[in-house]
Amino acid sequence: MIRVDHILKSFDGRVVLDDISAVFEPGKTNLIIGQSGSGKTVLLKSIVGLHAVDEGLIYYDDILFNKLDFREKKALRKQVGMLFQGGALFDSATVEENVMYPLEMFTDMSEDEMRERANICLKRVNIVNANNLYPSEISGGMQKRVAIARAIALNPKYLFCDEPNSGLDPRTSIVIDNLIKEITEEYCMTTIVNTHDMNSVMGIGDKIIYIYQGKKWWEGTKEEILQSDNVELNDFVFASKLAKRLRYGD
Amino acid sequence: MTMYTMRFFNTLGSYILLLGKVFARPEKKKIYYKQVVKEIENLGLNSIGIVAIISFFMGAVITIQTAYNTENPLLPSYLIGLAARDSILLEFSSTIVALILAGKVGSQIASELGTMRVTEQIDALEIMGVNSASYLILPKIVAALLFNPFLCMLSMIVGVLGGWIAGVAAGVVSSQEYINGIQYAFIPYYILYAIIKTEVFAFIITSVSSYYGYSVTGGSLEVGKFSTKAVVSSSVVILLFNLILTQMLLS
Repeated sequence: MIRVDHILKSFDGRVVLDDISAVFEPGKTNLIIGQSGSGKTVLLKSIVGLHAVDEGLIYYDDILFNKLDFREKKALRKQVGMLFQGGALFDSATVEENVMYPLEMFTDMSEDEMRERANICLKRVNIVNANNLYPSEISGGMQKRVAIARAIALNPKYLFCDEPNSGLDPRTSIVIDNLIKEITEEYCMTTIVNTHDMNSVMGIGDKIIYIYQGKKWWEGTKEEILQSDNVELNDFVFASKLAKRLRYGD
Repeated sequence: MTMYTMRFFNTLGSYILLLGKVFARPEKKKIYYKQVVKEIENLGLNSIGIVAIISFFMGAVITIQTAYNTENPLLPSYLIGLAARDSILLEFSSTIVALILAGKVGSQIASELGTMRVTEQIDALEIMGVNSASYLILPKIVAALLFNPFLCMLSMIVGVLGGWIAGVAAGVVSSQEYINGIQYAFIPYYILYAIIKTEVFAFIITSVSSYYGYSVTGGSLEVGKFSTKAVVSSSVVILLFNLILTQMLLS
């Protein structure tokens, strides 16, 4: 479980996150949704520690993340996997080397053991016969799947995904979404997904937090989101003509 | 003026803080050794060609220019070889080669790290719990410190050779006179002096360029801007330290 209490973050005096509190539950796909520029990526990066918050507390289970020193944070991060918007695979390394990297860095496994573990992770995300290819030689969807394989290589307790579907076609997006959901349930991870894709919201959103102008505006499930009478949320959820027609009729 | 001074100290402070992270204890030494070998190939071996070509032609030009400027019967002809040798040993093979490498290696380092920054590869390392500054920058510094003295010595040999071939081919000096000049009043300390300077410049090129690459914010446009800044700043710092080291080591 991850809990954030009264998070405040500003850049050059401009408040980006304003008093956000939330609980992200284990074994569930927790979504942070909102328009572009609403502050959801800053929230995600603040939770993982890439941005230092101005105020507020961040708990990983019972551990107060803000108060950890450099070494303790480093130790905790070995339990964290993250899928970045662009995959963030290492350009100079092959698919297999990318997945083996955290194992090489943080375990005492032999070369064969690392290779075996990397292949298990790659197989789990349905990547076969691509071990020796470089990230530039595979498609965007494959890059995302390799990034997921790298993220789960060390069996993390916490998984963060920053807009996992950006730049992908709808069919591949569903594959990635389903993969994230399956892995979350399989490993009972606390997964936080940052997205503005409504297909993801309706497909995998066990718990949804809507961020609007840096504030937590709404919280609920994918079933509740369709029934909400929150004006700003509805503007976001039913932004497309098709969705409007489905909700309000012709 | 105050704003520029503040910006200078801000940059200097950030640079020193980054170096603090770079020289933290490596996580897994075995991986660092592998990285150092890779960087020796990237930054060192791949620079042999350009250093050799430039050194050959610079040696040739120095010799021919010296010959045309010493066309005086009172001046001994071995002076051409001597002047070419001292110019190459004292200044060319250390400082000029460092400036060339600041352009080639410096922009390569800055754009590599800058691209890693904007594509979130550095964030990915940090999330994993890796000290990204140490993992990415330390091997580059160590590789340059280990390999650049070889480039400097290669430049000395090829420069002197270039001067000899060009001088004889142009008919401005005979082979024997040039060799006499090369051997006349040779001071071995000049080689040590050039290598000391090369080591300092190697550190400047890799650390300053890494600082700019690592600090990139924004997109691909900024990667280009920061690469240029890396080359300009490295070159200015090299020239400044050239003055300081010359005063310290030769006075």
